[in-house]
Amino acid sequence: MSPFRNIAAESPWYDLFSRGARDWLRHNEKVRDAVKQSLPDLVSGPDALTNTQDRTVVVPVKLLEHARFRLANADEQTGAGQGKGEPGDVLRPGQDPGEGDDAGQGGNTKGEFQLAIEFKMDEIVDWLWEELKLPDLKPKQSPALNDNDWVREGWDKRGPRARLDRRRTMKEAIKRRAVQPTAAPFTNDDLRFRQITQKPKPSNHAVVIFAVDVSGSMNQTQRKLAKTFFFFALQGVRREYAHVETVFLAHTDDAWEFTEQEFFQASGSGGTVASSVFRLSLDVFNERFDVNRYNRYLFYASDGENFREDRPAATALLTELAQQLNYIGYVQTGMIGPGAAQTELAQIAAELQREGFPISYAYLSRHEDIWNAIRTFFQDQANSEAA
Amino acid sequence: MTTLNSYAEQIEALAQKLGLDYYPVDFELAPSSFMLEIASYGLPVRMPHWSFGVRYIHQMIRQTMGHSHIFEVMFPGDPCHAYLVNTNSMAENALVTAHVLGHADFSKNNQLFARHQEMAGGHILEQAAAHANRIEQAFAKHGIAKVEAVMDAALALEPHVDTHRDLHRMRYAAKAIKPEAAPEADFQARFATLPGESTASRALPQAPLPMAIPPHAEYDLLWFIANYAPELDEWERDIFLAVREESFYFYPVFACQIMNEGWASYWHARLLREADFLPQELYLSAIKAHSDVVRPIAGEQQTALAVNPYHLGFSMWEHIIEEQGIEAARRICREEDDFGFVRNHLNAELADKLGLFVFSAKENGEIKVTTRDINAVRESIIGNKFNYGSPRIAVTEMKNDGSLVLQHDHSDDGRGLDIERANQVLKYVARVWRRPVTLQTVDSKGQPRELSASRTH
Repeated sequence: MSPFRNIAAESPWYDLFSRGARDWLRHNEKVRDAVKQSLPDLVSGPDALTNTQDRTVVVPVKLLEHARFRLANADEQTGAGQGKGEPGDVLRPGQDPGEGDDAGQGGNTKGEFQLAIEFKMDEIVDWLWEELKLPDLKPKQSPALNDNDWVREGWDKRGPRARLDRRRTMKEAIKRRAVQPTAAPFTNDDLRFRQITQKPKPSNHAVVIFAVDVSGSMNQTQRKLAKTFFFFALQGVRREYAHVETVFLAHTDDAWEFTEQEFFQASGSGGTVASSVFRLSLDVFNERFDVNRYNRYLFYASDGENFREDRPAATALLTELAQQLNYIGYVQTGMIGPGAAQTELAQIAAELQREGFPISYAYLSRHEDIWNAIRTFFQDQANSEAA
Repeated sequence: MTTLNSYAEQIEALAQKLGLDYYPVDFELAPSSFMLEIASYGLPVRMPHWSFGVRYIHQMIRQTMGHSHIFEVMFPGDPCHAYLVNTNSMAENALVTAHVLGHADFSKNNQLFARHQEMAGGHILEQAAAHANRIEQAFAKHGIAKVEAVMDAALALEPHVDTHRDLHRMRYAAKAIKPEAAPEADFQARFATLPGESTASRALPQAPLPMAIPPHAEYDLLWFIANYAPELDEWERDIFLAVREESFYFYPVFACQIMNEGWASYWHARLLREADFLPQELYLSAIKAHSDVVRPIAGEQQTALAVNPYHLGFSMWEHIIEEQGIEAARRICREEDDFGFVRNHLNAELADKLGLFVFSAKENGEIKVTTRDINAVRESIIGNKFNYGSPRIAVTEMKNDGSLVLQHDHSDDGRGLDIERANQVLKYVARVWRRPVTLQTVDSKGQPRELSASRTH
């Protein structure tokens, strides 16, 4: 009997799948789950807002380590070696620390390398909406805000060939032959053509204005929080509308329009006069984004410290905006707590919300708060639409 | 193929003539993709776990970069199973066949291997495949996340078994505390001798006092958790016992690596030398492969910061057989493991000849030869093999509330644990133990540290 069996020829079962590859994929799945937890950090990189169509984020991650009990590293590792050299000889001068022993079980620290995992932006946003159980945005139900679209409606015996409905034509032919068994298979009378007609359709255009307070009191962290919030808010809008335009505004005691690249670099030193940016928003909306064509959103981030004297103007302008826009989201960066609701802008927002305007507000002080803010905004928005 | 078969048969006949004694060996040729998996899993079919995926990728990279070449993997048992890579040359395969026969002889005769095989039966491949199958079923039934959590814990504790005790081990005997006999007073002694009704023993039957669990420091963490975890389900216990069984199987391979590889190398060299049926050129390329395997120092380098177990074992066996004869070598092969082998049979003369030394590596990477003293060399070679290459950690107490207390023998191990990893392992364990778990060790300054974890969900 031959002691050799070539199992590749006899039982090629292991060619069909690879256990190693499967466990490797499972590892990657776990890495993905871990990465999901730190999404806000990943997406707050530069230009995250505009370049998101078909965009992917490549995240370098470490391989997961399956921990085992190990001794702490000794100050000085010892091991056995082989070759020339007398006690006291230096085999390698001090520089990169290397591992002495090579006989341990499966490599723990050796050959460490990083894994780059690619995430699709859409995928990330879908996870989030699932995770946060967020409702979708609702387009404004206004007769004015409609695009006209051709839709199918009904059938006729006449029409262009391209709209011949074969199934219906066949049905007609069968019905006719049921009573005239010997007749021709098809006659002109059997033909049915789809008809189309113009119907109004809710607009799928939207515009989002992001406005941020860049006065001296807004520090780097607060801007980063605002930016991250804006990013997810924009994703939420993108989920609903096919065409989304963005406008970036920043203000201190005056307001300017910026490109996205400049938007977060912009900094000013003046005081905070929110009415300036509200006025600019109004102008931008009215001049460039016709209320009949666009669903319009405003997101505004500030630390809330508006000049007291600006209150009447800011309230009036924000009210005017609230009457025209689909929704307004106000996020206040900085502290969270009883004090947060006492700021000028928080008071204005709260008052408008009480009066039933489509506005909601949330406070951001840490990354974790972003989820709350997003949830607050989208759920309030859904409720207000339902109401 | 046919020539290889005929060589293999002749090599086997020669091995038996030279007195090799082994269970039958099943040889199989396998593609290198399959060998890669064996190298990462340790077994051809083993339970699925993401950590093996990581090893698999590491192994694949090492192999692609040419740092690692696997000729064969051999699994002791009855029969033994040997897998040879189908890309081996004829010469390599002749060499590997002889090498495998050396392993087969070793694993049948060495007492440690024999004991473990007796406890586990000689069918580890089938058993491991059955474990894998049961775990697949558990995936289907309980969901991958739940099963994985159990495997995270069990596999993290893989080396924490007590191989001095049996694989199939009973729970601690519930010791009854005997009621203490009252000291017999003189009066009672005389009273008992009086005629009349005998008085029934008045000592009340005393309930056995509950015995402390564990009654002694318990080093077999896998066994202890499998048997005493407060709310372990049957399928979870099953996973712990499966991991433990495989761990017992791996122990002799781990603890006899130098002896075993050396013995197999000695025999492949000798078998090929005496195999006059092999063509000259095949013999030459086989010997070339041999010297690649047992060379102590890679390439042009002068020194190696590791000791090649093939080379060390091979040199030691040659030395022993030269000095003391084959019968003495066979006795050593039966009785020792690497600890005894190195301590008793690596003498100063041979260590000198091999150029063995102890080195130390500082934080900044400076590496120095410390000493060539034979005792230091011996301890350094076996130093990372004690206790299955892991810190010594024992269960010392199970409290009334079911919480588990682990103790690290930091004085034996010389220093404390890597705290971050230890915390992670405790988290794994706490999910299975379902009660708080604490571990006592020391930090880098030698101050006592108590780590703890409790189940979070």
